[in-house]
Amino acid sequence: MIETLLLWLFAGTALVAAALMLVLRHPMRVALALTATMLSLAGVYALLGVHVIAVFQVLIYVGAVMVFMVYAIMLLDVRDRSFTRRFSRLLVPGIAAALLFLAILAHGLWRALPGARRRGGRRALRLAAFLDRIPERVLAAFRARFGAAGRRGRGGAGRARSGTTASWITCRC
Amino acid sequence: MLIATSAALFALGLLGVIVRRNVLVMLMCMELMLNGVNLSLVTFAQQTASAAGAVLVFLVFVVATAEIAIAIPIVLLLVRRKDVLDLDAYTDLKG
Repeated sequence: MIETLLLWLFAGTALVAAALMLVLRHPMRVALALTATMLSLAGVYALLGVHVIAVFQVLIYVGAVMVFMVYAIMLLDVRDRSFTRRFSRLLVPGIAAALLFLAILAHGLWRALPGARRRGGRRALRLAAFLDRIPERVLAAFRARFGAAGRRGRGGAGRARSGTTASWITCRC
Repeated sequence: MLIATSAALFALGLLGVIVRRNVLVMLMCMELMLNGVNLSLVTFAQQTASAAGAVLVFLVFVVATAEIAIAIPIVLLLVRRKDVLDLDAYTDLKG
């Protein structure tokens, strides 16, 4: 119970800090947000039982990469127009592309979940059944086209050689 | 849930690389993308009970460290030349 709560807490913190990276102005604050994300991910790894990766996440990412980044930000500290105008011309296309990417991933995850078909209703069931039969139809069409050649090869010259199309069709995989 | 989190982290990092103008912030968003990939590798390694995903995480650590070690000096040299961190200012190769 407490582990599940901690997992949700660390995952939520990582997502909130990652979202903050997109809106904060000063690069130093962005670096701190990224450090918070990395530390939260280290907590997630520790809860999953991969303590070695959690330790290396803190040592390498936070201890080396982010310290190097913070030093670079301190050394540069240039006050330029990217501090006032944070976003480029690609703001709207970027948001649209990110939403499309998330929608495709969400659709893939939804199909992969075991209870997705029961949750989706009759229409989702019909669509899922149609999509699942596509490989069978392709294989049936392939056998109808090349199946006769496979049977002839087996009857005339003995068994079809392995690796040929005929052997692949007649093989019960 | 963790796979969705890793996908969201990757998407946020990708969005940050596209929409932000500051070079250092773009580098940090690339690090965020790599962290999302790390989380997905660890999650799939836990689900399939295999060590391959965990080994790949170390590869990602090394690649990210090497990438930052090379990218930051490049940024420093660029800023020394033009004294600006906005990536739109570096259009010398534009035709």
